[in-house]
Amino acid sequence: MPTEHTFPDSAAKAAGVQAHARAVAQAGVPAATEFETEKMSLSMGPSHPSTHGVLRIQMELDGEIVTKAEPVVGYLHRGDEKIAENMTYNQFVPYTDRLDYLAPLANNVAYAIAVERLAKLELPPRGQAIRVIVCEMARISAHLMGLGAYGIDVGAWSVFLYSFTEREKLYKLFEELTGARFTTSYTRIGGVARDVPEGWIGRVDAFCDQFLPILEETLKLLTRNKIFLDRTEGIGVISKEDAIAYGLTGPNLRGSGVPLDLRKDKPYSGYEQYEFDVPVGSRGDCYDRYLVRGEEMRQSVRILKQALAKFPGGEWYAKDARKIFAPPKDKILTSMEELIQNFMLVTEGPQMPAGEVYFEAENPKGALGFYVVSKGGGVPWRVKIRSPSFCNLSILPKVCVGAMISDVVSILGSLDFVMGECDR
Amino acid sequence: MTAAEVTTALKEKFPQATARESLDWPAFNVPAAEAMAVLKYLRDEFAYDMLTDVTAIDWSAGKSPRFTVVWHVFSTAQHTYVRLAADCPADAAPAMPSATGLWPGANWHERETYDMFGIIFEGHPDLRRILMWEGYPYFPLRKEFPLSGIETDLPDVEIAAETKAKLIPAPMMGGPFVASTGEMGLGDAEPKAKDESWSERREKP
Repeated sequence: MPTEHTFPDSAAKAAGVQAHARAVAQAGVPAATEFETEKMSLSMGPSHPSTHGVLRIQMELDGEIVTKAEPVVGYLHRGDEKIAENMTYNQFVPYTDRLDYLAPLANNVAYAIAVERLAKLELPPRGQAIRVIVCEMARISAHLMGLGAYGIDVGAWSVFLYSFTEREKLYKLFEELTGARFTTSYTRIGGVARDVPEGWIGRVDAFCDQFLPILEETLKLLTRNKIFLDRTEGIGVISKEDAIAYGLTGPNLRGSGVPLDLRKDKPYSGYEQYEFDVPVGSRGDCYDRYLVRGEEMRQSVRILKQALAKFPGGEWYAKDARKIFAPPKDKILTSMEELIQNFMLVTEGPQMPAGEVYFEAENPKGALGFYVVSKGGGVPWRVKIRSPSFCNLSILPKVCVGAMISDVVSILGSLDFVMGECDR
Repeated sequence: MTAAEVTTALKEKFPQATARESLDWPAFNVPAAEAMAVLKYLRDEFAYDMLTDVTAIDWSAGKSPRFTVVWHVFSTAQHTYVRLAADCPADAAPAMPSATGLWPGANWHERETYDMFGIIFEGHPDLRRILMWEGYPYFPLRKEFPLSGIETDLPDVEIAAETKAKLIPAPMMGGPFVASTGEMGLGDAEPKAKDESWSERREKP
């Protein structure tokens, strides 16, 4: 029996041998046993439960150890940027829902703020507070989904049942607010589609109160769970330097110990008024990323509580947004001026000044950026969507090397990406 | 480190860099050959340590310079962005130096920009298509590419040979309500069905 492993390079070899030794130690096989191995290529996805959508990872394996991983993306490419160039600013709002389709409310807000910066609009306090509330609710719902799916990925089914029950309660509230459960299209450029319904604020508050103890209960299922710890601790370690060099953002960056949160560091929509902490990890492994997401939900509830307690009155759309914002329906049907305004909005689009803006919002998955180039008129010349999932996935070839196949599942779940956003 | 300080320092070090019109962050136009040096300078001297975005703008066929590559760098310490733009020297075969040597994260961004605009990033280790499939014959974000798409062979040769299927353009230019880019009159800009070869009454060809 030959005694040499055939690994491609020394780093992969070292990592591979470690993983191998760990597997051997766990299985109780004497570590001295050596195997002759032959490279095998394995295509994981595009339709695989743990790839959360349509991601394919072309892997090269040495036994169970990954020596090369090449993500293949683009299966969900719909040409959103091309579409954006061919419609008015207002018409593109529903398309932003389909980016990170687990947090459409937050995507809407990111796009709307980017265009508002172009149009130099400032929202009144009530409009800003509504946006903060829906963004934080979207964050909780996206993290609940991520948490439940991650639990399933690593073999803990019951977490999913808990988190989906809570997510369903949020979706009821979304439906009441926006009329839709999933693709909400609630934000308008210069405001939101409509004011909050009567009693809704109280119902969100009640949700927060009952949610916190359930969240603790849900997280308790994983945080000190031996199986979960074995699957996540020390797996998929991303160093601080790598996280920054690859442009990781959101919980994945903070899990690696970089305390960057755009809500705190570059506040928008009035986030500077709220007190909250930015959780950071210490080791940058899958477990840290899980812990960061768990804590972020608690902080989101904290923000929600403050926003609900001092929910301001007044208008919920910018006063000078008349040329952008559709007039009220009853006015359109009865008043000539509003009818003309609505007609111009629909035919020519809101008239924007020429210029370019880049705005990033702290979304559940990371920093969602919109780069809008305008030549004036109602249609953008170019819209670039900087999607956090795309950047977060680009580190996969580096993280997966040396991991076991089952670790890849764990790493994928911990990166918590959405392919709709990655492929756009 | 304020935006003004970055501007003065950058202008001193790179006299060819000019201020770019911007509504938000400090922005500069630089020659393509100097772009990497400026990015490196921003990263090393001013701690703009994160490359958040690389993309391009097509100013439409016939314009010169036609393609502009745009980088956004972010400082994780000071929380400010800088926008850098460089025009591609050649309009027919646009090319730009690659930033993969400075940030490994530039890899996918540049692949995407190549995929969408056909801009060659010189020095990129693995410049392949990323969102479209290998062998796709067009660059979809170029302005002359129609919204509805262009008839193309299926990516899978075997299936294409067996089924004789093709990728066909979307009917009605992609949707019944399509607004048009550019400065045009009300009649032309009004959203309407661009392709009237089929409607609710007449069947899809």
